[in-house]
Amino acid sequence: MGQGPNEIHLFEGIRVVVFAFLGVGPHSAKYLAEYGAEVIKLESPSRPDPMRMVPPFRDNIPGLERSQMYSKIDNNVYNMSLNLKHPKGVNIAKKLVSQSDIVIDGWTPGTLPKLGLGYDDLKEIKPDIIMLSTCMQGQTGPSSRHPGHGVTLGSLSGLNIVTGWPDRAPSGISGPFTDVVAALFSALTLQAALDYRSRTGKGQYFDLSQYECNIHLSAPRILDYLVNGREAARQGNRCSYAAPHGVYRCRGEDRWCALAVFTDKEWRAFCAVLGNPLWTEESRFATVVSRVEHSAELDSLVETWTVAHPPEEVMAAMQNAGVSAGVVENGRDLWEDPQLKHRNSLCQLEHPETGEAVCQRVGVSLRDVPYELRRAPLLGEHTEHICQRVLKMSDDEFVELFSDGVFD
Amino acid sequence: MQDGRQSIEGMLSPYRALDLTDEKGLFCGKILGDLGCDVVKIEKPGGDRARQIGPFYHDVYHPEKSLHWFAFNANKRGITLDIETADGQDIFRKLARSADFVIESFAPGYLDELKLGFSELSLLNDQIIVASITPFGDTGPYRDFKASDIVAMAMGGLLGLCGEPDRPPVVPGFSASYLLGGIEAALGSLMALRWRRIRGRGTQVIVSLQDEVLTASWDAASYWGGSKMISKRSGAFSVRPNVSYRITWPCKDGFVTFFYFGGQTGAEGNRALVEWMDREGIECGRLKEQDWSSFDWDKLNQDEVDYFEKPLLPFFMSHTKAELYEGAIKRNIILYPLANAEDIVNNRQLQARGYWTELDHPELGARIAYPGAFVKASETGCTTRRRAPLIGEHNEEIYAKELGFSKEKLATLRQAGAI
Repeated sequence: MGQGPNEIHLFEGIRVVVFAFLGVGPHSAKYLAEYGAEVIKLESPSRPDPMRMVPPFRDNIPGLERSQMYSKIDNNVYNMSLNLKHPKGVNIAKKLVSQSDIVIDGWTPGTLPKLGLGYDDLKEIKPDIIMLSTCMQGQTGPSSRHPGHGVTLGSLSGLNIVTGWPDRAPSGISGPFTDVVAALFSALTLQAALDYRSRTGKGQYFDLSQYECNIHLSAPRILDYLVNGREAARQGNRCSYAAPHGVYRCRGEDRWCALAVFTDKEWRAFCAVLGNPLWTEESRFATVVSRVEHSAELDSLVETWTVAHPPEEVMAAMQNAGVSAGVVENGRDLWEDPQLKHRNSLCQLEHPETGEAVCQRVGVSLRDVPYELRRAPLLGEHTEHICQRVLKMSDDEFVELFSDGVFD
Repeated sequence: MQDGRQSIEGMLSPYRALDLTDEKGLFCGKILGDLGCDVVKIEKPGGDRARQIGPFYHDVYHPEKSLHWFAFNANKRGITLDIETADGQDIFRKLARSADFVIESFAPGYLDELKLGFSELSLLNDQIIVASITPFGDTGPYRDFKASDIVAMAMGGLLGLCGEPDRPPVVPGFSASYLLGGIEAALGSLMALRWRRIRGRGTQVIVSLQDEVLTASWDAASYWGGSKMISKRSGAFSVRPNVSYRITWPCKDGFVTFFYFGGQTGAEGNRALVEWMDREGIECGRLKEQDWSSFDWDKLNQDEVDYFEKPLLPFFMSHTKAELYEGAIKRNIILYPLANAEDIVNNRQLQARGYWTELDHPELGARIAYPGAFVKASETGCTTRRRAPLIGEHNEEIYAKELGFSKEKLATLRQAGAI
């Protein structure tokens, strides 16, 4: 995308081996892969990435090559099939690591060391290897082997209890939110490690606990508990220093617009958009403090106006007046959003099994730095390529290993 | 418990960042600081507005007592500088000459208007990396739209997935978009550091909060893009094509999160939970004979789901979240409490790993524990080692010692309102 053949890629010459399934490891590798690293993910028909079974499937037809979550996360990656239960499989993995810069380990703590592929083993064959292990709660400690996943870790990290309505049970944050946070922390740790290696020649090992990095998001509330003994309450959509502040029903089925009015200036602009109805002049809405105090009444009055308009109109009118407002976008809105289109955030890439497949570019962009997007690979698609081009195997050797079941 | 003052060299110790951000980007500098970067927070004279965000130390509303400020500005030094004055701009340019990163979260174009944007700064220092945290990016039709957290959450698709079907979508209670934006800006800055190494010059990093939220809004885009379906908010439940099952459960003193996890991953724990419930006299019926390794929600109808879930509520209601979590750890049951701050502070795993770091706040006469390393590194440090700066705390250090300003010059700048 947007680069000529002579352009340098950011991670040109960097090779990454991924022993990781589902969200965190593969997502952190995306930042390297889209910017030119050669990222090789190991999977096998006997142990495919469970992400391949995560819906939605293309056109609602389940299949190993049809998950649109897999296609969204695993783009730009080379996929090698390797059976690590086979002793020769482990040797091949070692050979691969000996020619690599980074190893990402997202499997259950202890799995790779047991296979002879722990950091101490890999350091022997590649002294400056950078290895990052990412799991739920870290490689050590009494809960390190306790199974878990990113859909519910938001509960343990204190994110779910503060999300929802004060008069109801917590509704929690949707999806594996903590996976995303851990993926970003993993990716940035790898960036720092590459720089450190450039300066010092040293590789190193990282133990990243998804739990520990997500607790940073709760830091102010933890300090509040430690010094004031207070537990934060669920606030719904309220904000203690802005009103109106919330999500307002608009015209259409399940259509909503978020609004946030902070200053008096914004309040006046907001009222003008509504055509300055009489209630906006009431003294109980005259100051921020007073508006916050009467936000329940204010919310229902605001909704009498928003409900008559589609959310797109509310957003446009408010933003033109300098008020923070936005459509609560559903999946369809996201694909039609002109800003996301402009930034090329979402796209469909040609795919041999499904025609097209959903791809989502990493969030950050760097001025003048080229990236490219290639569809997610089929299971084992690049096994032969990696064996021949990277591992320099002869055809005979490859065929022998193949019939030996090393790639099963 | 770690002592934050003892620390080994961080991966980013040779570098300096100038941090101009407001609450949308404070987390970025904190993260770079955790990795050893020298981060200088530049505040308006009198202190940043973000110091007014609560909660406050002992509930005293005061710019030096914001716990939100403490949390996201630890590991930074702090100076005051008004970059809207000509003197302030001069000083900022001087600082930018020797800095590696500038982090900012102003409206797009604001720094350019002050002639302090990436293009001007890179003329002074072609190594400079400018990370801009914006609502929607630096170009495009929504470039000048405003977005506070709730609006970014709406437009990136995550807000619509949170909450219950019979009420409006509800925003997660921790400014998720700002925090994601801060992490991504740190990540982008470090990618730019590599670009600088191979290309010999810095670049600009653009973070769009909308894109960050999109990254976290899991399957919304995939459902529409892959099968023209709209994912909807379902609160405490998970909704599958044919059935829905509960994820968040009340217990004796709070809530826990649990659902029977399919396949090998969940099998051991599911079996153990049924045994546990059965032993406590909860009627488990056919669940005792269930082959959990082949369990799959999508193969059930709603009546069967209800049957599987029936024992859970009475069982959970008869135990505290701590009892349930302890039992879950022992039995490999995939269950977590909906932890509050107290649960997190008392968590044994965190204590065993030496997670917490204590920092002195001499002016408060207090020592406060902070979340520790976000990653454990074998060769380098990642730690919270310095409490957040007071307003202008390091003016002397930077302006007098480093830039060599005389006492007279500093007095003039102070009176002119530049620092």
